[in-house]
Amino acid sequence: MQEIVNRAKELLADGTVKRVLGWKAGDLPYNPEPAYFEKEEDFEDFVYNGFCGANLSKYMIEASKLEGKTLVFLKPCDTYSFQQLLKEHRVDRDKAYIIGVGCKGKLDIEKIRGLGIKGIESIEGAEIEDEAETLKIQTFYGEKTCAYKDAMLERCHVCKGKDHMIYDEQIGESKETKDADRFAEVEKIEAMSPEEKFAFFQKELSKCIRCNACRNVCPACSCRKCVFDSNKFDSSQKANVDSFEEKMFHIIRAFHVAGRCTDCGECSRVCPQGIPLHLFNRKFIKDINELYGEYQAGADLEERGPLTSYQFDDAEPGIVAERR
Amino acid sequence: MYKIARENLTALFQKIAADQELYLPVRTADQVNFGVWTEDADVDLDTLKSVKSPKDVFFPQSETLYTCIRDGKKLKVEPEALKEQDFVVFGMKACDLKGVEVLDRVFLSDPVDSFYAARRDHGTIVSMACHEPEETCFCKVFGVDAADPQADVATWMIGDDLYWKPETEKGQKLTENLADLLEKAEDAGSEAAVGEEQEKIRTIIEKLPYSNLSLEGWNGDVLMEKFESPVWEKLYKPCLACGTCTFVCPTCQCYDIKDYDTGHGVQRYRCWDSCMYSDFTMMAHGNNRTSQKERFRQRFMHKLVYFPANNDGMYSCVGCGRCVEKCPAALNIVKVVKAFQEEEV
Amino acid sequence: MSECTCHKNYKLDTLIPQVGVITDIREETPDVKTFRVNAPEGGKLFEHMPGQCAMLCAPGISEGMFSITSSPTNKEYQEFSIKKCGMLTDYLHSLEVGDEITVRGPYGNHFPVEDELLGKNLLFIAGGIGLAPLRSVINYVLDNRENYGTVDIVYGSRSADDLVQLKEIQEVWMKKEGVNVYLTIDREQEGWDGHVGFVPNYVKELGFDVNKTALVCGPPIMIKFTLAGLEELGFSREQVYTTLELRMKCGVGKCGRCNIGSKYVCKDGPVFRCDEVDEMPDEY
Repeated sequence: MQEIVNRAKELLADGTVKRVLGWKAGDLPYNPEPAYFEKEEDFEDFVYNGFCGANLSKYMIEASKLEGKTLVFLKPCDTYSFQQLLKEHRVDRDKAYIIGVGCKGKLDIEKIRGLGIKGIESIEGAEIEDEAETLKIQTFYGEKTCAYKDAMLERCHVCKGKDHMIYDEQIGESKETKDADRFAEVEKIEAMSPEEKFAFFQKELSKCIRCNACRNVCPACSCRKCVFDSNKFDSSQKANVDSFEEKMFHIIRAFHVAGRCTDCGECSRVCPQGIPLHLFNRKFIKDINELYGEYQAGADLEERGPLTSYQFDDAEPGIVAERR
Repeated sequence: MYKIARENLTALFQKIAADQELYLPVRTADQVNFGVWTEDADVDLDTLKSVKSPKDVFFPQSETLYTCIRDGKKLKVEPEALKEQDFVVFGMKACDLKGVEVLDRVFLSDPVDSFYAARRDHGTIVSMACHEPEETCFCKVFGVDAADPQADVATWMIGDDLYWKPETEKGQKLTENLADLLEKAEDAGSEAAVGEEQEKIRTIIEKLPYSNLSLEGWNGDVLMEKFESPVWEKLYKPCLACGTCTFVCPTCQCYDIKDYDTGHGVQRYRCWDSCMYSDFTMMAHGNNRTSQKERFRQRFMHKLVYFPANNDGMYSCVGCGRCVEKCPAALNIVKVVKAFQEEEV
Repeated sequence: MSECTCHKNYKLDTLIPQVGVITDIREETPDVKTFRVNAPEGGKLFEHMPGQCAMLCAPGISEGMFSITSSPTNKEYQEFSIKKCGMLTDYLHSLEVGDEITVRGPYGNHFPVEDELLGKNLLFIAGGIGLAPLRSVINYVLDNRENYGTVDIVYGSRSADDLVQLKEIQEVWMKKEGVNVYLTIDREQEGWDGHVGFVPNYVKELGFDVNKTALVCGPPIMIKFTLAGLEELGFSREQVYTTLELRMKCGVGKCGRCNIGSKYVCKDGPVFRCDEVDEMPDEY
């Protein structure tokens, strides 16, 4: 982490960048927040550890409007989002100085809580330099341990790889964390009967409180004015008028980001009700792969997205419609 | 005082639910929220905090106020019936009870909100002490005693027994109805068990990292000073402008009123709203809160300054810590208070 | 937590509206209409005080807060002067006599006609549609003439065609004894031989004596400069009343959106004395 901080200070001092977008240590062992650093002394609170899951790419939309360059730290998966935003002209490459940082998988406090660990005083093993495979967690109810792997965000189990898609420089090593098939969960749902599918989504989506955290964190949701914020739209963003509407909200959102969603997993990370929202997007990605050929949004800057380009041998609409 | 073995709680719930609705913490798709008890509900009394506070038992996220039916040029307004059936809420924690006190200040002050008032009247609250408080809790800061959750009935889950203490007339009545399931526990042993549990809870609370958070300098009289502070500019930036904090909060009570065209008439309903949303104060001729900084400031100024100014110094925060747990950008009221402290040193 | 027993006698909730029928529509200007509203069975929907507002709703469209422009001394109906400027007001302008809307209220405080304003010389200053709330007080004062001192009315708008209630101004107010009416429009216009110039400047030109209490209402920019002008003339902030407007939903200080600091415009306002406004944060 020190290397990161030193480099950031250097780039600030020599005027390459005006500010640094990174993470600031929280007041609990696991709650760092995205933050700007503008002066040398601000870095006292800088942190980069296992709990820095937040994808800073979307903040770069606003940072692109500021004067001068912003140094931003991006993990390998975050760079897909940044590049996709670049492709959509939402961020300004000239306003960004990207340091690709290493990642050994990010942690999910909800997973730790889910293991019955509560009253957390401190957590050891979450540091980025740490090679520890186990987290040592001091709680008010005794010391607990949990495997690093068991506390990882879902997205890290299906990691897209250790490479940064776009960067000015790289600092730190990444670790292979992939240990699951990205589409396994989608396939499980595809295999369900329509009734089972309906029941599954009904149960999950009935938890939705319409807080819009998924939309607001989503780098693909970069519309200046969202359709759900329109007061002319019956399905307004705040509450469900009936039990059908909560499904509409998420289905419409999934359609809107289809072909552009990089599968960064932020929607599922932030959902206060633990809804596996990434499954919608992943279903789209799987279908796109099958119908139009393998495609990873944000992997490159040039290739046109499968839903925005026409190929002579594109699947006919009828074929799409007949699929389950 | 009474007690009942944990294994008999299902029978207790069945008995309560036989003649009235029963709301309690239920696990659905891996998350615990207050919901209606049914035979196959996965009741979870061990998870300390429900994701959403139980405020929606009294103030639902969405509720119809009236239906307006059009017949040519004529309109007819049919008010929605008020809650008329008694119901029980089981397992509310001390912080959430305090949250209801805050909501009472809003909805029961003149003019009384009759939809809320009817639910308050018909609801009997059975509370539960917090067996194992967590690091995100800071109820002590607001004078809440997690070990003594005063409601119609207060309960303590100790080992394999639930200790049950009616505290109001409503609570007595409920207790009488459940007489054949509740066992008298007037002995010294029971008192001691509850006393010991309370002691244990309070000892943990003392140790929690936020328990000694100081609210010095936050009251109804510091409006201009706090409003104009440069600290807001530093604080708000990570805010995603979502409504998570407001929707999980036990005291946030802002609402919107909207129309739903049923095809046979217009249902006018109200639903939770959030001061964090950009359209919250939007008017035909513009918005008086122009950026997220203003909206962010509004939420915390309301809780720590505006509400106390209008309610004899009572804060509109109860220290439940849900925002601490759930904010996607790891912002929360504790960080706000601490940032001001640092600034003022 | 205490047991809750304080409200055993619910009345019909304040959020439930009454049906009101439009009994007259006057086209005041190209974009302002005055709607007369009665209960379907005749008579007034409710009693109000000058300065108070009501929520008008076109079911399925929207609901909005409007000041009641008729005086409480009018025993037959309530009137609302509404400028066409959004979804709801566009719809209201499309309505005809006999159409029904829903109405709830009255909401908010009112001009202190029964205490602080008693016996005072009154200076009314209005711009554009801002005459709507002041018209209610003006007519109240004129109907209770003996309780108040001199009455001066300064009213201006963009053009001569944008002056609302012109007929009443010319045929009633101008003819009352002890009432001075000063009209102005922003720009020269054919057929207009009255004063030309912005309201704030006109007020300064007229140079009113400070032995008056001023009631100011209009667009924010006009209010801002008028208040500055009055200060130049020597008026203290305690001598000036104005009204504020923010987005509202409930009308009773509970839905949480119209606060400025700890004051709710719907409940503690819309009428504020300027020294009260000074105590509020700048967020309106």
